[in-house]
Amino acid sequence: MLKVRNLVVAAGSPSAELDIVSDVSFEIKRGEVLGLVGESGSGKSITSLAVMGLLPHPHIWVRSGAIELDGADITEEPPHLRVERGHGGVSMIFQEPMTSLNPVLRIGEQIEEAVRVHDGSTGETARIRARELLEMVRIPDARLQLNAYPHELSGGMRQRVMIAIALACRPQVLIADEPTTALDVTVQMQVLSLIRELCDAFDMGVLFITHDLGVVSELADRVAVMYGGKLAETGPVADLFRNPLHPYTGGLMGCVPDPGAGHRRFRTIPGQAPKPGEVPQGCKFAPRCDHVQPVCRSGAIPAVAAGPAHAAYCHHPLSRELT
Amino acid sequence: MLAYVLKRTGAAIATLVAASIVIFIFIHLIPGDPIYVMLGDEATPEQVEALRIRLGYDQPIYVQYFYWAGNVLRGDLGTSIFFQEPVTLIIRDGAETSLLLATVTMVWIVALGVPVGVLAAIRQGTWIDQGLSGIAMLLASIPTFWVGLYLILIFAANLGWLPSSGYPSIFEEGGLSNLRYLLLPSLTLAAPNAALILRLTRASMLDVAKEDYVRTARSKGIRPYRVVLRHILRNALLAVVSAFGFTFAALISEAVVTETVFALPGIGRMVVQSILRRDYPVIQGVILVIVCLYLVINLLVDISYRYLDPRVDLE
Amino acid sequence: MTTKLRSFLSVFAARPVALLGLVYLVTIVTVALGADVIAPYAPEAIEPINRLSPPSWGHLFGTDHFGRDTFSRVLHGSRLALLIGVGVVSFALATGVPIGIVSALFPRLGRVLMRMVDVMMAFPSLLLALGLIVILGQSVANAILAIGVIYLTTTARITYGVTLRLREETYVEAARSMGASTVWMIRRHILPNMISPLLVQASFVFAFAQLGAASLDFLGLGAPPEIPSWGNMLAESRIYITRAPWLLFYPGLMIVLTAFSLNLVGDVLRDRLDPRFREMLSNRQRR
Ligand SMILES: Nc1ncnc2c1ncn2[C@@H]1O[C@H](COP(=O)(O)OP(=O)(O)O)[C@@H](O)[C@H]1O
Ligand code: SF4
Ligand SMILES: [Mg+2]
Repeated sequence: MLKVRNLVVAAGSPSAELDIVSDVSFEIKRGEVLGLVGESGSGKSITSLAVMGLLPHPHIWVRSGAIELDGADITEEPPHLRVERGHGGVSMIFQEPMTSLNPVLRIGEQIEEAVRVHDGSTGETARIRARELLEMVRIPDARLQLNAYPHELSGGMRQRVMIAIALACRPQVLIADEPTTALDVTVQMQVLSLIRELCDAFDMGVLFITHDLGVVSELADRVAVMYGGKLAETGPVADLFRNPLHPYTGGLMGCVPDPGAGHRRFRTIPGQAPKPGEVPQGCKFAPRCDHVQPVCRSGAIPAVAAGPAHAAYCHHPLSRELT
Repeated sequence: MLAYVLKRTGAAIATLVAASIVIFIFIHLIPGDPIYVMLGDEATPEQVEALRIRLGYDQPIYVQYFYWAGNVLRGDLGTSIFFQEPVTLIIRDGAETSLLLATVTMVWIVALGVPVGVLAAIRQGTWIDQGLSGIAMLLASIPTFWVGLYLILIFAANLGWLPSSGYPSIFEEGGLSNLRYLLLPSLTLAAPNAALILRLTRASMLDVAKEDYVRTARSKGIRPYRVVLRHILRNALLAVVSAFGFTFAALISEAVVTETVFALPGIGRMVVQSILRRDYPVIQGVILVIVCLYLVINLLVDISYRYLDPRVDLE
Repeated sequence: MTTKLRSFLSVFAARPVALLGLVYLVTIVTVALGADVIAPYAPEAIEPINRLSPPSWGHLFGTDHFGRDTFSRVLHGSRLALLIGVGVVSFALATGVPIGIVSALFPRLGRVLMRMVDVMMAFPSLLLALGLIVILGQSVANAILAIGVIYLTTTARITYGVTLRLREETYVEAARSMGASTVWMIRRHILPNMISPLLVQASFVFAFAQLGAASLDFLGLGAPPEIPSWGNMLAESRIYITRAPWLLFYPGLMIVLTAFSLNLVGDVLRDRLDPRFREMLSNRQRR
């Protein structure tokens, strides 16, 4: 099980630092998909890179908090140290399939490289495993494609290769950072259902990052909503959609096309997401919130709960069904 | 692939023809009658006229060009006025020294420039990086011959470890140990060029390190040195390889000076001496050969680049 | 203007070494202008009894084989160094910039011109310069011309690249579609944006012109031998390097410091440049 506790990520230099992610906590169990939702710039990628141990040193670093995998503290352990210490249970696929594969190495070599590190196998064994992985992500002609270069594949195929590389690391938890944003709609659907299937087949936890609540409602078991580097609301997907607590979640759901309505209804949240450094005191959502009260603009924001697993950070939550 | 090679070869040949015309016109622009230069003051008008006709100088200039070009194609670059020997022979005599010097220098450039550039990139921002980058810029700001003279002063004159000048062929007495004559010259010639390759390697390593695929490589859990060698360096070298043609051009100019400083019997010193002696056939022939070599090297660099980078379509 | 100057200087404040380079360049210009006043001896004054004497209080940098004061000659040498630098940069800009701009704006003509530049680049630069001097005769002006031709090619290429980029930019396109004349476009959009890249190029060309001139002097085809240029001083001292190593040291040091300072300044200016142009300008142009 992956646990992230009170994660704070800072950027800049130690003399002029700035928190770009603050106080983020969540858990992912095996076989469970956690959807992490938020507008662009809300800190989703930075959070996931922190969990991966891939923050670009020395500009961005974990200032406090802990990341634990099955009880072992893996905070700020880069992937190669995790492998060495037997903590190599998290792997990741990235947003940009076009640039995430090395252009001068064949697909096979790039998968085998991960296989060799995580299985300790070499030569023909690694090659066979690489082919199996390509078959698992449903790439036709897997044997042939092992010899292809990335530029010979489409975006969807490249993202499948990325998934194969991630699977080669035999993850307990797979992080997928907006994996379908750059893809065509049909391909998007195929990749999404592939991720869900692999999650079930390998009993793997998935941290699925997106700015699209619609995707989350299809795919996720639980949801975490981020705003301005903080968690706004977390909860099981059904509870959250039926009974959103945080005005920002409500706003996001207003942005979801409503299939029930005769016409497609988009209601965007007015205003802009805050940039780190210019965040207001108190609730970061206050400048854009319909329910804002003077109390929102200063001090800490209380947590409100609407069930054992459903909570939000807000003075005036949307729903009255609190427990 | 073949189509690409043919196209590039065609372009190179066109450049070579243009260059040969430039060389030819160049030589004819030189003030003074080359016939008098060849025969000296004491020639009778009859001798002058006879030579003029023998060399075809009574013909219109374009006829002279085709005459010359025809001879070149048959492997006849003319006869040296000073040595009274075929220019091809003179070039052959200097070729061993110059080619060996160029080869040893290229080895230094790659062996010093690339690894040190990698080191500077890995230690980006530290004093090691700043020091190395500063030294590289300093080396690129030093006149070649000054480096050479100092190396002679220190290692030949004061310490007496190495010879200060000349180069006996490796096929003569001494054999391969004669290569020690090329040690100081090759270091002299390598210094500024290794510095350029160092800066280039460092800059392109830092560029590549920002690429998404490097992050992917790290995420697999492979060791940092493998990320550097297999993912960053491999891609960074593409830019370095494409600079080799350029480096070679810089090398030729500096080789001319270096061969003069160390009194090496190479083509570079020969061409300078021929310029000073106004030995036109030698100048003409040697420059043509050098330009040809430059074009061939550039062609090879381009083709090998296309092999190294699978993204480039070979058709 | 003063704010511009201030922002120019603030860049150097962040790179102390480059600031030293700038200070050196200002000093050398002052020295060149005031050489007659500063130099303790006339550069050609001969003192036969003091031939090849090592550095002393009377002769800070020692004397040469005629007994001439090396210090005074080094100071006077800065004049020629600057003259060559200014001359080569002016020539390269005055020829290369128009060729580059015209080639970029008129693609048909441009292909021919750039092809000619390619052919010129196929000649080893030093041999090209030597050849020109043989044709034109040996003089300072011809040395400037011969080295200038080398950097004509690189300057034309860079101008060509920069102009193409600028032309692609939408605002330039828009200006053109509104019926603006080519001359107007060049004056209004291209030249103003060209100044910074060309300033960087000028620093590098100035630096490498020093090395080129020194090589020509060393081969005996640069400035006429009676002129006290740093390169000539090195060429003359060559046979005395074991007996009088100071003759090798000081003039060479001046060349290195001058080229190094210019490279440092060029590098700082380049780092400040618009990233679109940074790629094109490198001080890899030592040819
Ligand atoms: N290299 C960086 N240096 C400083 N700030 C950064 C850097 N990268 C991202 N940020 C800031 O961190 C915030 C979160 O970015 P990110 O995690 O990429 O957002 P998301 O993935 O949710 O779109 C952004 O507001 C961005 O400005
Ligand atoms: S705390 Fe106040 S401002 Fe913030 S979301 Fe809740 S109601 Fe709106
Ligand atoms: Mg993101």
